[in-house]
Parts: sequence; structure tokens; C-alpha cells
Amino acid sequence: MNVLPKPFAGPADLTVRINRKRCQGHARCVAIAPELFEVDASGETQELRGGAVPPDLANKVYLAAANCPELAIDIVEAGEQA
Amino acid sequence: MPIAHTDRFLGVYLPSRYEDIRAIAYDPEHFSSRRIFVREGKRPPLKSPPITSDPPSHRAERKILLPPFTPAAIQRLEPRARALCRELLEPLSGRSACDGAVDYAQEIPARLIAHMLGISEDAGDQFRKWVRDSFEHSMTDVSIVQRVVAEVSAFFDEEIARRRGARGDDLISYLLHARIDGEPLSKEHINGTLRLLLFAGVDTTWSAIGVSLWHLATHPDDRKRLAAEPQIIPTAVEEFLRAYAPVTAGREIVKETELAGCPLKVGEMVLLPFGAANRDPEIFPDAERVVIDRAENPHAAFGLGIHRCIGATLARMEMRVALEEWLGKFPDFALAPGAAVEWSTGPIRGPRQLPLTLGAG
Ligand code: HEM
Ligand code: SF4
Repeated sequence: MNVLPKPFAGPADLTVRINRKRCQGHARCVAIAPELFEVDASGETQELRGGAVPPDLANKVYLAAANCPELAIDIVEAGEQA
Repeated sequence: MPIAHTDRFLGVYLPSRYEDIRAIAYDPEHFSSRRIFVREGKRPPLKSPPITSDPPSHRAERKILLPPFTPAAIQRLEPRARALCRELLEPLSGRSACDGAVDYAQEIPARLIAHMLGISEDAGDQFRKWVRDSFEHSMTDVSIVQRVVAEVSAFFDEEIARRRGARGDDLISYLLHARIDGEPLSKEHINGTLRLLLFAGVDTTWSAIGVSLWHLATHPDDRKRLAAEPQIIPTAVEEFLRAYAPVTAGREIVKETELAGCPLKVGEMVLLPFGAANRDPEIFPDAERVVIDRAENPHAAFGLGIHRCIGATLARMEMRVALEEWLGKFPDFALAPGAAVEWSTGPIRGPRQLPLTLGAG
């Protein structure tokens, strides 16, 4: 069983999505990439800016996904099907 | 066979692989939280929502608890946590020895949760005694749990009565005003949740801070590195949580099923040893090694699935601040020569006595 997502070869046009069914709100993603995620006042985690990932944050979004214990972070490359 | 079984404690299975532990945590239909600890005798089921709840009621009971534990809310507590650590370190100044578990680790979560509940921080002493009795001394003597629950309930009843008139800014007041489907929570619900906040937050965090100090006392290279590079403390905290995960939860098997080819009997318990999941080499490369700057660390120390720990952000903050303050004051320390480190028994694992020599200070 492999839980770690594959690292990216390089910056691409990336979008990040939190899988609502899996996310349990541990906020590991927020701790690692506060530029990309936030926890709202009710305790739910959200993607910022609709999940758009600036190219210089490609590595951070990968790290956030690799540290999410629920495997709730999906990273989608432009042109790929979610 | 990756799953062990004992007839003791009314029958218990022990899985050991990440995959199996995860599968159980994700399957409340077969594995109920109405019993989460293994004990030698049956006792009347006691509700501490949300940890003892199953779907569908679990979701709403959990949701009302989230707002006081968001990163923003916990950040506001950080100054108090830091001041508390300094107050505890102050009397150790100039000493050449202390007990890292007794003098430091155990005090931090007990006092901070008292602070959050709007109770005198001196109640921390009483909290710790209740918590230890109910986790460590009750596995074989169920009557202890009943006594502790009665005492804790009476204590909180009084605190609740005190708040009926004037709403405070504390967690007890928060629960008194919380609503599920427009309805206030029942007295039993509030009392059960308060008991949970007390019991879930104290022994666990105490163990996590204590075992971090134990690791640093026995691994001088890691200790020197963290003292010199405090910015990696948050990453090290995650690694200590992975390698020394303090909590083993459990579930009652309520529907016949099997796991990794092993049939499971209804009515027996299955343990969730999150520490074993965290050392599964299938998931964590070099799993047996403690790597304080491990970058990819999706560990399960706070559980997995719907019961995932609500206090995780709080616990992480406490661990980070406790280590920052300790290393700032005592960058140089070690296990006392010939020291007898005493480890807890029961579902929460950590050092209860940790004799240390203090180099500088
Ligand atoms: C390092 C310290 C801690 C560890 C290792 C830890 C671990 C855990 C684990 C493994 C669970 C899941 C239990 C299960 O699946 O049955 C859990 C649940 C829970 N924890 Fe923690 N915990 C810690 C600190 C705290 C603190 C400080 C609080 C709050 C004051 C807290 C409150 C809770 C609550 C309310 C739940 C129940 C969540 C639910 O059932 O939905 N924990 N914790
Ligand atoms: S780390 Fe994963 S589970 Fe936790 S809040 Fe982020 S997406 Fe949700």
C-alpha cells in the first residue's frame, strides 16, 4: 500500500483539491502551506483562491499532500482529469 | 500472521500493519467506538461524546467541538502556554538534576486545559490524579473508573452551576451555549464531553512531551541539533509523534467480519495501535529510525478517520513550545546515570518518571 503521492518533475499548472469526504481537519496542510490552505472559524479546512497553486509553491503543495494522514489532498495538473 | 489475539480482557485482537489499522479506523459499521478501551471486566457503557459515539450522531457532536480548537484559537493560547513553561522552568534554574516528566511534562497540559476550561490552574493536580487513576489503575479494577467518573462529574456539575448565570469566555461556557439542531446539549452530554476533554488531553500530551525529552536525553546529536536549529522543532515534533505515538485506541467488533484473512468475533475488541502503524516499513521508509527532519510524515499518532483527534493543533503547539522553552534554558541535558525511567501502563504510553541531569542552566 503506497500512501505517498508522486513528487512532481517540475512546476506545472497545478490545482489542489481537498477531498471533503476524507478530510478530518488536522490542518497539517495549513501548517505546511498557509499560502494554500486555511481553517475557517467552524473548523473546516479550505483551499485558498479556489485551489490555484502558484508555480513557486509546487513543492509545498506536494509536501502538504505527503503529510496529510487522511490522503485527502489531490493535486491536479492542467489537462489531467480530476 | 499480522494479527495477534488474546482471550484476556474479554477477548482482544491486535493488528500491527498500517493498512489493517487504517481499515478498522475507517469502518465504524463493523467497529464501534462505544468501547474504546480494553478492560478486565464489563462495565456499564459510559458516554463521552464524540469519542464514544458512532455515526450518525458522531458528526454533529464532533462539529460543535471544532471551533475552540482551530489553529487561530490555539494561536491565541500560545502566550499562556509559553509563560506556563517558563514558570515551570524558573525553579529549576541552577539545579543540576530534575525529573523531566514530573517537574515539567506533566504540568503543562493539565494546567493549560484548566486554563481553557476557566478553572484555577491549580486544579491541574487533581486532574492528573483522576486521569492516571482512570487510565493506568483501572485496566484490572473497573470500580476505580466508576469512582473517578462520579468525582469528575460532581466537580463539573458545580462548575456548570457556577456559569448558569454569567457566561464566561471559557470552554465550559462554550458548551453550555452550544446547540445541536437548535437544541442545547443535555447535562450528561456536556459532562461526558468535559470528561473527555480532560482525559483525552492530559495524559496524551504529557506522554508526548515526556517522550520527546527522553529521546533528546538519550540522543545527544539530535539534542544539539534542535538546540542549535529551533526552527526544525515542528518537524521533530511530528517525528516524535510518529515514532513514539502515545495512544492505542480500540473498537468493539459489532458485526461479523474479517481482517487480513482473520475472522473477527462479534463482541470482542480490536486494538488500534497507532504506534505500530507509524512504524510500518511499507509506509515509512527507514521506519525504525527517528529522523528529526523527516519531510514526508503522514503519521497516525492522532488517529485516522472520523475520530481523528480534535486537540491535535493544541497538542502540537504545547509540544513545540515546551521543547523551545526547555532547549532555550537547558540545551545540555542527559538521562541521570543509572536512572530508572518509569513508563506508564495502559492505553497511553509515555515516561512517568524521567530523572535527568542538567548541564547548563
Ligand atoms: C499528543 C497528544 C495527543 C494525542 C497523541 C492524541 C491522540 C488521539 C487519538 C489517537 C484519538 C482518536 C481515538 C480513536 O480513534 O478512538 C484522539 C481523539 C480525540 N482527542 Fe486527542 N490526542 C492528544 C491530545 C489531545 C488534546 C490536547 C485534546 C483536547 C483537549 C484532545 C482531544 C481529543 C478528542 C475530543 C478526541 C475525540 C475525537 C472524536 O471522537 O471525534 N486530544 N486523540
Ligand atoms: S492535512 Fe489533510 S485531513 Fe488535515 S486538514 Fe489538511 S487536507 Fe484535511
